Amino acid sequence: MAEILRITGLVKRFGGVAATDGLDLDVRAGEVHAVIGPNGAGKSTLIHQVSGALVPDAGTVVFEERDVTGLSMHERVAAGIARSFQVTNVFARLAVLDNVALAVQARTRSCFSFWRPAIGDAAAFAEAMRILDRVGLVARADAAAGALSHGEQRRLEMALALATQARLLLLDEPMAGMDTAESAALLSLLRELRAHCTLLLVEHDMDAVFQLADRISVLVYGRVIATGTPDAIRANEEVRRAYLGDTLPA
Amino acid sequence: MKVSLHTPAAGWWWAAVAAMLAAFPTIAANFGQEYYIGLATRMLVFGIAATSLNLLVGYGGMVSFGHAAFFGTGAYAVAALADRGVSAPWITWPLAMALAAMLALAIGAAALRTRGLYFIMITLAFAQMVFYLVVSVKTLGGDDGLSLAARGIGESALFYTALALAVLAACGLRRLANAGFGRALQGVRENEARMEAVGFPVLRIKLAAFTIAGAVAGLSGALLATLNGRAGPGLLDWPQSGQLLVMVILGGVGQRFGGFIGAAVLLAMEEVLSPYWVHWQLVLGIVLLAVVLRAPRGLAGMLARG
Repeated sequence: MAEILRITGLVKRFGGVAATDGLDLDVRAGEVHAVIGPNGAGKSTLIHQVSGALVPDAGTVVFEERDVTGLSMHERVAAGIARSFQVTNVFARLAVLDNVALAVQARTRSCFSFWRPAIGDAAAFAEAMRILDRVGLVARADAAAGALSHGEQRRLEMALALATQARLLLLDEPMAGMDTAESAALLSLLRELRAHCTLLLVEHDMDAVFQLADRISVLVYGRVIATGTPDAIRANEEVRRAYLGDTLPA
Repeated sequence: MKVSLHTPAAGWWWAAVAAMLAAFPTIAANFGQEYYIGLATRMLVFGIAATSLNLLVGYGGMVSFGHAAFFGTGAYAVAALADRGVSAPWITWPLAMALAAMLALAIGAAALRTRGLYFIMITLAFAQMVFYLVVSVKTLGGDDGLSLAARGIGESALFYTALALAVLAACGLRRLANAGFGRALQGVRENEARMEAVGFPVLRIKLAAFTIAGAVAGLSGALLATLNGRAGPGLLDWPQSGQLLVMVILGGVGQRFGGFIGAAVLLAMEEVLSPYWVHWQLVLGIVLLAVVLRAPRGLAGMLARG
């Protein structure tokens, strides 16, 4: 399988601390690739550097054979990399439909259209509705995003990422703070998504990771100590040591 | 609270207000009160300036404390051109607008990299740099400013021009707000990080708004210099930026007619109260306080609620 993302020698220091310390990681096209690791291993810092929110001190990020290390976040979205946020980050005061319609609009490059009313763009709103349908939020289209339940907001977060039509989705703890029913719903959504794009996700919910991921990379002190199938990771001695008492699902 | 990205049409009342204003010079002249034509022109001109600032503050969430830089630049451009014998408004006003736009593009490119309080401070700093620069240039009249030898346009013609431009500004603001650009700009106001993450070129959107607002402020400054027959350093100084902000807050932040209502109310208060009391701004302060505490959407928001 071809690699869609290749990270080589990535370094990011905050003061004296190297949050990312010579990290190498390959993501194959079409796979669900999970990154796990103890707290402070640099998982979110990694996502930030792939998405363009942080500029690495050294190393390269290559997406679809194109070096994107120097691109800003919105340029990377145009290239095909989009992210969701660990802490829910939606347009809280706007209607759910407007949230997704804005994300659709970003792709159509109409932000420098100064005259024609955007509300007349029926195609964009129809597409936004289709995306809401996929994440099961059609009934909430007119509600303010801030009035949604936590689980619904997480799904809206996913809808915003979907609207970018990215070929690589970066999901930063998509299950965070969800109850069992909510995470089950999201899990089935993620399963459906994998048919359309590659997923690179950081997740604490080990059950979800081991159910969903094709491959898992284990991050410790800013570097990848192991990459492999869930079975291989489960059996890896070094990984077990890194997690000390933490139990990996059997 | 839910916010709509779409600005609806205003209805019949605002066409009625515009029609009444169109009849105003004739009525005022009939009663021998030509003085008030000048006051009405001032209200319209400041209304245009405040509306341009409202695009930044109310629609883009960028609280600029340096709008006087563009306002004053427009005024000085007209005065400096008049000094060199060019006084035809159809030449001087577009030039003033272009100069203010270029200044806004340059200042915005640097200032828009900051946010919130830092943005307030950096726009103030840039505006004060422009102020001190202009005051130190002898050919621009130093502390005295410049007087226009000729206006190039009659008083009532100036009123009608200002009225037409004010209507254009009010219509233009709605077009802009409802177009793809305005939706994106309001999205930036709501959540900048999210806009960048779904792929909007946030900095470029903000810079475009800042440049448009600067150009329109420059045009209104040009109108004011023509009306007053002079351009003084006060138009570039920070209290001028503050007054424009007060107009926006009083009239209604993010309200389409907020700039015009705020400008009209503030200038009317000044007109009525200042002859009787030098500290009339104390009354303004109390009114402003009441609006901020009781009506966060300003006087325009109160009117809309009925």
